[in-house]
Amino acid sequence: MIKSSDEKRNGTGDGTRVNEIAIEARNTIKAFGQGGVAVRALDDVSVEIRKGEFFTLLGPSGCGKTTLLRLIAGFETPTSGQILLHGTDITHLPPNKRPVNTVFQSYALFPHLTVAENVGFALKMQGRPRAEVAQTAREMLELVRLGHLADRRITQMSGGQQQRVALARALAARPQVLLLDEPLSALDLKLRQEMQVELKRLQHETGITFVFVTHDQEEALTMSDRIGVMSAGKIQQIGSPREIYTRPVNRFVASFIGETNFLPATLGPEGARLSGGEVIELATPGPRHGPVTLTVRPEQLRLTPPDEPGALPATVTDWVYLGTDTHVHLQLRDGTALVARLQSNPSGETDLTRGGAMGVRFAPGAVQVVED
Amino acid sequence: MAETRFQPARIPGFAAIAMLAFVALYLPIFTLVAYAFNGGTSIAVWEGLSLHWFSKAWANEAVKSATLRSLVIAASAAAVATTAATLAALGTTRRAGFKGQTFIYVMINQPLMVPEIVTAVALLILFGMVKSWTGYQGLGYLILAHAAFCIPFAYLPIRARLEGMDLSLETAAADLYASPWQTFRHVTLPLLAPGILAGAMLAFVISLDDVVITEFVKSGGQDTLPTYMLGQMRRAITPEVNAISTGLLGLTVILLTAFFLLTRKRN
Repeated sequence: MIKSSDEKRNGTGDGTRVNEIAIEARNTIKAFGQGGVAVRALDDVSVEIRKGEFFTLLGPSGCGKTTLLRLIAGFETPTSGQILLHGTDITHLPPNKRPVNTVFQSYALFPHLTVAENVGFALKMQGRPRAEVAQTAREMLELVRLGHLADRRITQMSGGQQQRVALARALAARPQVLLLDEPLSALDLKLRQEMQVELKRLQHETGITFVFVTHDQEEALTMSDRIGVMSAGKIQQIGSPREIYTRPVNRFVASFIGETNFLPATLGPEGARLSGGEVIELATPGPRHGPVTLTVRPEQLRLTPPDEPGALPATVTDWVYLGTDTHVHLQLRDGTALVARLQSNPSGETDLTRGGAMGVRFAPGAVQVVED
Repeated sequence: MAETRFQPARIPGFAAIAMLAFVALYLPIFTLVAYAFNGGTSIAVWEGLSLHWFSKAWANEAVKSATLRSLVIAASAAAVATTAATLAALGTTRRAGFKGQTFIYVMINQPLMVPEIVTAVALLILFGMVKSWTGYQGLGYLILAHAAFCIPFAYLPIRARLEGMDLSLETAAADLYASPWQTFRHVTLPLLAPGILAGAMLAFVISLDDVVITEFVKSGGQDTLPTYMLGQMRRAITPEVNAISTGLLGLTVILLTAFFLLTRKRN
């Protein structure tokens, strides 16, 4: 794997910890149902999550990300494979014996307890002295800025406040790993963005390993040190947000993270040849030959006059004004549809005409070969 | 916008029928309560306001002992029935659906389906045998019989409460280091409490009210308040029966009000 500058952010700056593994899933399979109708929610998944990092499991619903989280928490047992915590096999340890806590999607706060009692629950169950429980609950509520609401009932709290209580409750016993199951999905956009910043701050202040599950790729890119992209019960790619975005390994990852264009091409010694005959040079030519799929992000497309040398001839089919950007829909000679994302000019208008001829260039190094 | 829902209240004569229904429900009760305060000896002819029959009932040793016996039986039966019903409800809801689940529900709710008189005769015969074997003549038979027919009344509200409970709360408790017992003690049980309380109240009231099974199962000198009243009715009826009924009604109203206030405060 390429050591990029992103990797240095792992381990909360403590150089000796950088590659210490907090959680490891080894060849994990989880099947639901029996015999012929069994469905593999997790299909031979192996992943290593480093101590102190903010790791995100990203994928569409049903991809197995929540199942993996539940295996780590101990709510489910894998059909085969192992879960290790700091090298110790915890596959069959019940959830109450794992130093791992969860922030649930529905928050799952106890409605019969006050805010402070909710936060102190884990410590009380561990049999800590009453004074310590109260003290820690207070500190945790301060940490999530709810110190003034300690004696409120859960039912008197707004959704955003409940979210913070759930966080404080899960952090109170200082778990070695904090699991977060789509905790922001019930919040509105503004609150969600606030909580993203808040979560990063909490992770930084506590130094606890965070495993975050989401289907929101923007959320994943914003917060994560590393992302594991999942689909159909398998991990498709693991890497920093930058690696995932700029070097997607396959078609699924490329299209799930951000928007992208795909071009069918044939690899040869001179580069990738499109079916229209044009040749595109690749920054990192693969060892393969034959038919491949190329991908290039819309923001890496440049429009040029139609007759510019080296530009691909294209026709403008449509454009959509999106405020900051304008999406220009193009068609190449071989029929391939492309989208270019251009920064809007101050007036928001363009001098494009539907059916007009244009040239298209790709930014250097922007074109990638992906697996299908 | 045109009204799209079916509205029974718009049917001609709805108000009149509703009033009639309420009169049928409450007029007998009002009459009974009113004549409890009658000064004369008739339950139909008004002869002035008096608390005479209340003080007479209060001083009646037979009423006192029957009342006490009713309360002891109802409290014991409610306790036994509620415990059994709570365990049954936990056993039938806290697991994946299983084959024969409906059959188990039917089995538990047997007393709601088998005619009470059949159960009464069956118990009379069975307890008769047990009595001749053991020689035991105490209140245990009545308590056991009452507990048995109270179980479904306790079971239904508890199961409803359990089914409405968010299972992720128990998962969260386990995640926060609670052992299975601690999860039950600190999460499931407190959340279930209103259901258990409702079940216990219902069981208590049902037991307090029972005539048929009690009449068949009781040994000599084991009259409960309802069977005592039934016995009185066979002789001369005086407003004393009204006064006792009014007392029983008052007790039930107080219990139900207390239950309502308690559960409302909890939620």
